Amino acid sequence: MLGEGILKGLAETAKNFAGSFVSAERLTTVEYPEQRIPTAENARVFPFLVFDGTNWEAGMRCVACQICEKECPPKCIYIEKSKDKKPDFVGKMQIYPAKFDIDVSVCMSCQICVEVCPFEAIKMDTEFELSTTDRFGGLLFDRKHLAKSNGYYHKIHPTEAAEVDARLAEEKAKAEAKAKAAAAKAAATPASGSAPGAAAPDAKAAEDAPAPKPSGGGE
Amino acid sequence: MLEKADQLFVLLRDWVVGFLPPGWRDAAGVVLGVIGIVAVFPGLFAITTVLERKGLGRMQNRIGPNRTGPFGILQPIADAIKSLTKEDIVPLNADAVVHFLAPVFLVVVVFMGFAVLPVGRNMVLVDMDASLLFYFAMGASTEVSIFMAGWSSRNKYSLLGAMRAVAQMISYEVPLLMSSIVVVMMTGSLSLVRIVEAQNQYTWGLPHWYIFTPWGCAAFVMYAIAATAETNRSPFDLPEGESELVAGYFTEYSGFKFALFFLGEYLGMLSISGLGTTLFLGGWSAPLAALNWVPSWIWFFSKVMLSIVVLIWVRGTLPRLRQDQLMNFAWKFVVPMTLLNLMVAALWRFLGEGWARWVVCSAILVIVYVAAGRAGMRGKHFGPRTYRYAE
Repeated sequence: MLGEGILKGLAETAKNFAGSFVSAERLTTVEYPEQRIPTAENARVFPFLVFDGTNWEAGMRCVACQICEKECPPKCIYIEKSKDKKPDFVGKMQIYPAKFDIDVSVCMSCQICVEVCPFEAIKMDTEFELSTTDRFGGLLFDRKHLAKSNGYYHKIHPTEAAEVDARLAEEKAKAEAKAKAAAAKAAATPASGSAPGAAAPDAKAAEDAPAPKPSGGGE
Repeated sequence: MLEKADQLFVLLRDWVVGFLPPGWRDAAGVVLGVIGIVAVFPGLFAITTVLERKGLGRMQNRIGPNRTGPFGILQPIADAIKSLTKEDIVPLNADAVVHFLAPVFLVVVVFMGFAVLPVGRNMVLVDMDASLLFYFAMGASTEVSIFMAGWSSRNKYSLLGAMRAVAQMISYEVPLLMSSIVVVMMTGSLSLVRIVEAQNQYTWGLPHWYIFTPWGCAAFVMYAIAATAETNRSPFDLPEGESELVAGYFTEYSGFKFALFFLGEYLGMLSISGLGTTLFLGGWSAPLAALNWVPSWIWFFSKVMLSIVVLIWVRGTLPRLRQDQLMNFAWKFVVPMTLLNLMVAALWRFLGEGWARWVVCSAILVIVYVAAGRAGMRGKHFGPRTYRYAE
């Protein structure tokens, strides 16, 4: 009959109306500033710079290679290289960013900087309350503001951070093995130099040792 | 004492007027009445907005406004301050004079409609002989202001919204009038005061409201449909369909002019609910003879607010119609049904007292309603949409 559907619909909305007073699980919204829904693990809002250890300046992973700056589609990253060098997580001397600014108002949260970074130095944050009363300075985040510890990274993206740590540990182990091999080679070279005639098999071993050098991609 | 409570506002007016010299008293009484209307109905508008936002929220399983004041009841004040402090923008190419006049005109004509509504015993600003006619004249004038707004804005969305609004309002003006005419036929008077008095009688403690007769019930349903369309309420809110037309005829309005449109729309709702209450729900008369001691104005305003709650409920339930559905519904269903209802009302009048007229009139209306519904829905497919080429 005509109008039947309207009555059914009215009954449905009346049920919702009364039900929302009775059962709290019907309510799809939360009282935002006081109550919060935890953000999803894969949530991404704005990049931050990861540092190891406790000192953000010393532990910063970024080596100012400027790949992210070049790849950034809206060009919101500005990097200035340092003149001096500091040791990175494996102990190798690297340059570091003297200046690393990201403009929040320009960033589009695309995560491309994270994808291209070879040093696992830039990651996406889940912090979304970035509003400020100062629309110029307040929206330009410098490297101190951007630096966040690896512990924080573990807190917001546990799975991803564990993978990154495993990868870095592997790299570090490889670098250490390489360093050891280089040390062994350094130890072996004077020996072969002292007896050039009798060391054909030794020289072959010494040539084998630096073989992983190109794949290591160090210098 | 109860008598005094019933006539509280009348006595208050007479007391205030008593301080003036005799020659001024009539004019001062009218001014006080106008002040009362201008104070009370916008107050109800404020209550309606918060009621609507909270009610719709609950229907959608949300909480609704809850920040300003306890449970968000101060929200209308915050809205008012916001709209008063916003910049008032007039488009460069707009006709500035007409653009300014449109919202003013709307609010003025809507307020004029309240002048003839009896809000309580002896509580009517102007007791005209043809007050129903006056009311409809004022109600029809809102179309002019809407078209003024749409035309003067010089914006395609405004104009389309105004065109839609005018087409819709003219189409639904017909059933609105025709469903009210049956009441006039029965009462024999165009005066709203007489119409309420005719309904203010009781048999076995039950009232003689027109909604409790077959023709009155049918007329009330069609009046409600036409009134919803007339006030541009959902599901008939095509003129301001935000998914198609930004905001319809008031797209180019901001600040206080926008607030005036908003006010005019809600006052229109209140006034058309007031007219429906007067025509079919017995105006200020009590629903039971035993409840006659409650002041009459309380009954009027509770009936109006109940109608508003139903309008909000309907808005929370039904999706918007399409333009052709809107027109078909008006001209192919509601108008023929109101015409039939006129015949039924005449039949009721000439069948005389007794049970026979109840059976005959109800049977005619129900049979035609069901048959018309069947015929209208024949060949229509309901349910999920199917696609012929896509997918």
